[in-house]
Amino acid sequence: MSAESVTLAKALNLGLRASMEADPKVLMMGEDVGKLGGVFRITDGLQKDFGEHRVLDTPLAESGIIGTAVGLALRGYRPVCEIQFDGFVFPGFDQIISQVAKVTYRSMGAWSMPLTVRIPYGGGIGAVEHHAESPEAFFCHIAGLRVVACSNPADAYWMIQEAIDCPDPVIFFEPKRRYWEKGELDTGVRPDSTFSTVVRRPGDDVTLIGYGATMPVVLAAADAAAAEGRSPEVIDLRTLSPLDLGPVLDSVRHTGRAVVVAEAPRHASLSGEISARITEEAFYSLSAPVARVTGFDTPYPPSKLEEQYLPDLDKVLHAVDRVMDF
Amino acid sequence: MAPEQWVERPRYVQHAEDVAEGAGASNVPSPDEVARGLRATSEGEDLIQILSPEGVLTPHPDFPVEVTGEMLQGLYRDMVLIRRFDREGNSLQRQGQLSIWVPLLGQEAAQIGAGRAMRPQDFAFPSYREHGIAWCRGVDPTALLGIFRGTDHSGWDPKEYRFHDYTIVIGNQALNAAGYAMGQAFDGKVGDGADAEATICFFGDGATAQGDIHEGMVFATAFDSPIVFYCQNNQWAISEPVGKMARLPLFRRAAGYGMPGFRVDGNDVLACLAVTKWALDECRTGNGPVMIEAFTYRMDAHTTSDDPSRYRLAAETEHWKLLDPIERVRVHLVREGLADKAFFDSVDVEADELAARFRDFAVNMQVPPVDRIFSNVYTGPHAEVDRQRADYLEYLAGFEEEGAH
Ligand SMILES: Cc1ncc(C[n+]2csc(CCOP(=O)(O)OP(=O)(O)O)c2C)c(N)n1
Ligand SMILES: [Mg+2]
Repeated sequence: MSAESVTLAKALNLGLRASMEADPKVLMMGEDVGKLGGVFRITDGLQKDFGEHRVLDTPLAESGIIGTAVGLALRGYRPVCEIQFDGFVFPGFDQIISQVAKVTYRSMGAWSMPLTVRIPYGGGIGAVEHHAESPEAFFCHIAGLRVVACSNPADAYWMIQEAIDCPDPVIFFEPKRRYWEKGELDTGVRPDSTFSTVVRRPGDDVTLIGYGATMPVVLAAADAAAAEGRSPEVIDLRTLSPLDLGPVLDSVRHTGRAVVVAEAPRHASLSGEISARITEEAFYSLSAPVARVTGFDTPYPPSKLEEQYLPDLDKVLHAVDRVMDF
Repeated sequence: MAPEQWVERPRYVQHAEDVAEGAGASNVPSPDEVARGLRATSEGEDLIQILSPEGVLTPHPDFPVEVTGEMLQGLYRDMVLIRRFDREGNSLQRQGQLSIWVPLLGQEAAQIGAGRAMRPQDFAFPSYREHGIAWCRGVDPTALLGIFRGTDHSGWDPKEYRFHDYTIVIGNQALNAAGYAMGQAFDGKVGDGADAEATICFFGDGATAQGDIHEGMVFATAFDSPIVFYCQNNQWAISEPVGKMARLPLFRRAAGYGMPGFRVDGNDVLACLAVTKWALDECRTGNGPVMIEAFTYRMDAHTTSDDPSRYRLAAETEHWKLLDPIERVRVHLVREGLADKAFFDSVDVEADELAARFRDFAVNMQVPPVDRIFSNVYTGPHAEVDRQRADYLEYLAGFEEEGAH
């Protein structure tokens, strides 16, 4: 099939469909994922085509969704759980931390846990409280979980399939603000592992590192910085846990400067971990301290203030100036 | 209501007819599902009703309530006014003035009945649709707007109104409410005194699936807490029908926890009032907790972001229109000669004035200062938050300087 332009939401839908077609053990479960197709319509049409026993409208309980998905996975299924919004994963957090992440370790490999938890995350959609959070650090902190974030339709399509194929549990972050943004999707050629970090734009004097929802901001900032005569290199992490540090360190060794961009709060965060790893492993290449553009260490604010909270073009450019002028 | 009406056939068993249809689940409710929904709306034997949909008043022996013309007029006025500003909320959202609105349409009686049963010293824990409870607690409707316009996460002083902040995470408030009620008991506020207190916790039919609701009921009964668990069963949790959460009527769960449970006609404001008053008094005097299921219907979309035509049939909504909570009070007032045209006209005028004030307030709301992001994260100074605030304000000031050049 040749490339077509689709939204990130549609790409996910197509990816889920491909996985369901490839393996009859793949199940969708979550609140409103069936008849409604999910509040973001990511599972649109799947129940109609695969039936109620493959696409489960579950009772309204996240601990129930994750906990029963664990049981289904033990029984040989490959459940894909949808959490309706980032802020609602917490009733299911116990099951994720205590069971999903540890079953394989506890059983000395007797069990695997091929379970995917899809979480629409991040802000910028003018929503009420609990609908705009970036909780990735909680999951990255837990051994046993793989954590990834897609940032464009092509990645969304391939990454969701890789997540479902993965014998380990995957926490799959979907940038909900980007669901309606379009990109080229070529479903013909499956790429090598998409759980890897990639260079989105080559450059020479500063490395801009983003993932998921912040990638369009980072790419736009790179364009603007280039227009000002800078040469930024842009990196999309894609895998948040484990990190794929090779491309990050190669880039920083080349540019000598790094700016990490994430919506999540700063303290004890993934951006902090990346900054630390760069400092530990590429210290002698650095011409300036690593800079971070992140959310504040506050709860996510009311939506009329969210543009102040979120990383934006100006904030990234400001950070670029800081590391360049150091 | 006969239990068998509630038992669905196992969904994952393949039936011959499904296989014949290609085993695909249909995207619209099946005729069977619709019929089941309509049956569920009929007056089951357990439904406590005082004012019928036709406006006929039949006192209930167990739940006495003194009904006067003035009192009915008051309840009518309450319901008309909250419906009016609720509709205004919807249109404000459609016009881009609010980012979302959560409609209460259809649930006026369930909320006004419960809200008017409360005493000033009682405390309410809402979810996010309880604009009618807010109204009864004296919270001005304009105070609700900040949440939906995105200027703030709440908008009233919960201590002043004894009405907690809205809780969006489904079920969370049941435990918080149970704990608050434990405190009321520990403080010696349960008893025959005029200052005796109770707590009421509001949640939906969907919420009953959450562990927090279960745990809230377990704690409440473990500590004999003065709390009324008030479930507004509006038949839907976004696109999922109540049958997805429960095989039996929800109020029957109460028995399993060891507390009384009742199903009231949630579109009958008098039944909601009488039963809630009784339940709050039971709690106040040490016989709590109690569970009430107000059997009602979500007449509108889940929120302004939702499209119910994707999952439910118009026939169902049409059926519930006949059970309208306001219309039956109006019919009764007219038929019994308890209110004249002047009264109804004056309520309509008041409703229009309220709607205009509500709209005016909404469109004039200001974006809060940036400082709000950093305020009240903690009760006092916090080195890191304060530093980030200072840094950010300095960063913004840099733009102003640039602009000045
Ligand atoms: C823990 C949690 N999960 C999911 C949601 C998303 N959500 C918001 S309302 C809702 C349905 C609630 O249904 P119900 O309890 O019946 O209350 P109603 O909205 O009908 O008043 C869902 C799933 C949420 N707010 N919190
Ligand atoms: Mg409901």
